[in-house]
Amino acid sequence: MNESGPFHLGEDPMTPPAPRGVGHLRGDESFQTAARLALANSQLRRNIGKATGTIRAKRADVVGEVDDWEELREAGRALKASTMARLPELLTQLEDQVTAAGGTVHWARDAVEANTIVADVVRATGSDEVVKVKSMATQEIGLNEALADAGITAIETDLAELIVQLGDDAPSHILVPAIHRNRAEIREIFLRKMPGVDADLTDEPRRLAMAARAHLRRKFLSARVGVSGANFAVAETGTLSVVESEGNGRMCLTLPETLITVMGIEKLVPTWQDLEVFLQLLPRSSTGERMNPYTSMWTGVHPGDGPQEVHLVLLDNGRTAALADEVGRQALHCIRCSACLNVCPVYERTGGHAYGSVYPGPIGAILSPLLTGVEDNASLPFASSLCGACYDVCPVKINIPEVLVHLRARHVEERRATRIVPNAEELAMAAAGWVMADPRRYAAAQRAARPGRILAGGRDRIRALPPPLSAWTASRDAPKPPTETFRDWWVRTRGGAGGTA
Amino acid sequence: MRIALFATCLADTMFPDVAKATVRLLERLGHEVVFPLEQTCCGQMHVNTGYQREALPLVRRYVDVFEPFDAIVAPSGSCVGSIRHQHATVARNFGDDAVAERAEALAARSFELSELLVDVLGVVDVDAHFPHRVTYHPTCHSLRMLRVGDRPLQLLRAVAGIDLVELPAADECCGFGGTFAMKNADTSTAMLADKMHNVLATHAEFCSASDSSCLMHIGGGLSRLRTGVRTVHLAQILAGTENQPWEVPA
Repeated sequence: MNESGPFHLGEDPMTPPAPRGVGHLRGDESFQTAARLALANSQLRRNIGKATGTIRAKRADVVGEVDDWEELREAGRALKASTMARLPELLTQLEDQVTAAGGTVHWARDAVEANTIVADVVRATGSDEVVKVKSMATQEIGLNEALADAGITAIETDLAELIVQLGDDAPSHILVPAIHRNRAEIREIFLRKMPGVDADLTDEPRRLAMAARAHLRRKFLSARVGVSGANFAVAETGTLSVVESEGNGRMCLTLPETLITVMGIEKLVPTWQDLEVFLQLLPRSSTGERMNPYTSMWTGVHPGDGPQEVHLVLLDNGRTAALADEVGRQALHCIRCSACLNVCPVYERTGGHAYGSVYPGPIGAILSPLLTGVEDNASLPFASSLCGACYDVCPVKINIPEVLVHLRARHVEERRATRIVPNAEELAMAAAGWVMADPRRYAAAQRAARPGRILAGGRDRIRALPPPLSAWTASRDAPKPPTETFRDWWVRTRGGAGGTA
Repeated sequence: MRIALFATCLADTMFPDVAKATVRLLERLGHEVVFPLEQTCCGQMHVNTGYQREALPLVRRYVDVFEPFDAIVAPSGSCVGSIRHQHATVARNFGDDAVAERAEALAARSFELSELLVDVLGVVDVDAHFPHRVTYHPTCHSLRMLRVGDRPLQLLRAVAGIDLVELPAADECCGFGGTFAMKNADTSTAMLADKMHNVLATHAEFCSASDSSCLMHIGGGLSRLRTGVRTVHLAQILAGTENQPWEVPA
């Protein structure tokens, strides 16, 4: 019997969480506070509701075409689980293969180290400008800000990331970072911030895309350094891969002289053949396409062809800490398709910014606290009604509701271990547990609730309850306690025959 | 068949009619219902709010009280979901493997009402009569934790006199989510607003479900907006016959 409970308390010094003060994994305020603001923005809710509804329908269609979808999901889950189980060995293999192919591998414990490595490599090239492929890892570590501090300008080339960057905004969706913007807002941003833009620009999607294209093409041709993330890295060959829709990433991956890739250590697959599974799961889950338009793969350096200097930064930033959590580690299986965001009723109404991290939605609600430590993102595991829609769509079967419940318990236990005086919720939960643990106490409490009928006045329902239950009656009537509980009815009508086996 | 009723703390305390309807229905179908008075609560609220330590005695209690029975029924998808998918985990988390194993065995004999009727008792038409326009909200935990599928709808379609109308976006969460409704009251209310919008679009007199908790939330919203639409548990619809209608309170 383990009375201390199952939850690893305190922080294992061997597995530090992602550091504070750098990167974008923590919000300034709780989810509840940020969500309240977002809920008041009806334009935002319309934009997000429309976009997620469209992509949800597209995804359902193309997933429905695949007869062995469930088998594919299971294959994806199993591959990820076995990869995590032998991560050190596979990472070493990847390092050896990349090095043998003429690349340089760097290991970064956290965001600070990764940013320093990238800035140093860029500085060594003599360049003060980089073009970027859309990448969650570099958003996570705040690379653009770190490069700016080092006097280097980072230019986002993914259309949506560009919109976010020009708008001095933050991404709000993993796949569609500007999902919270509509085309009228995008036109405004381009007119205000895009150098040399046509003053007659309309909000027609084609015109907007043409303006971005003209702007970006100049940058592709002048930049000498490209920075990317990686969707997959193949350990057996040292091959890195980026999957995208626009082709802008491919421009960054092939034109510059130097290419730097920042990759979370979990993005690994053991063999080339494993890609077969993920390249089917990812596009259908993310964009609702059978296949994504561009899949780029590169292995080291090839003389006279593509970048002549190739760097790979292997990023931990809390991933080892996440791996140490036996239930939570499945969050590292995530292939960043964002299907869970698009079906989540909470995300749909609050948008991504409420989550305070570059990883919003259901996966963000578990991944961010796992990377930072639960206490730094304590409101996120509670930002879900546990409806389970996220688990059903996840292409690698991450049991998000299970991890949410687990992280809630970790939070409660960690808080309990550090505080001497319990708070109101802890007292209420302990009292409810004490009452429910004994049928006599429980029946007594039921009878004590009966005078609550007074709160209904002459009505059938209660329109206002005292705090903290007033959170309920702010928008809902509460039922009036009945004159007789079921238990009392049973004893009265069945003569107390409780029934045994 | 001898069936033990787990009333659930919410139905026992706040919605006794739902538990009474379950008893009347099963007895009408010729089964013996027993109600072990030592029962209290499944502990789901504690588990889902992070208080597994407090849930542990409730898991042990459920196992002790219901272990002697061959079949246990509860008129709640979420409570049965917790029994089936959380009880063993909670016990194991605190090192009580013996209780975890007993909980697993018991979970296989614990059923939500529609599961018991369709799968165990093999009945779809229960001779019920409910001459009203009804729409059905399937509830997330019945749908995704228990995978009850269309069992409740099969039962409802066999009800005499019923005008069953499809609920738009039926499988979207109503926004209750236990303590979620209090901790994230604004988001919960926004989700409820959309659920109510869809219920009203059906022009149903009643919104039904198999979970008193979701119905408390949806019904509380419908009442606040004075829509006149009432909520009714599946057990209450199935309990009434033409000769002996079940009185659904306002």
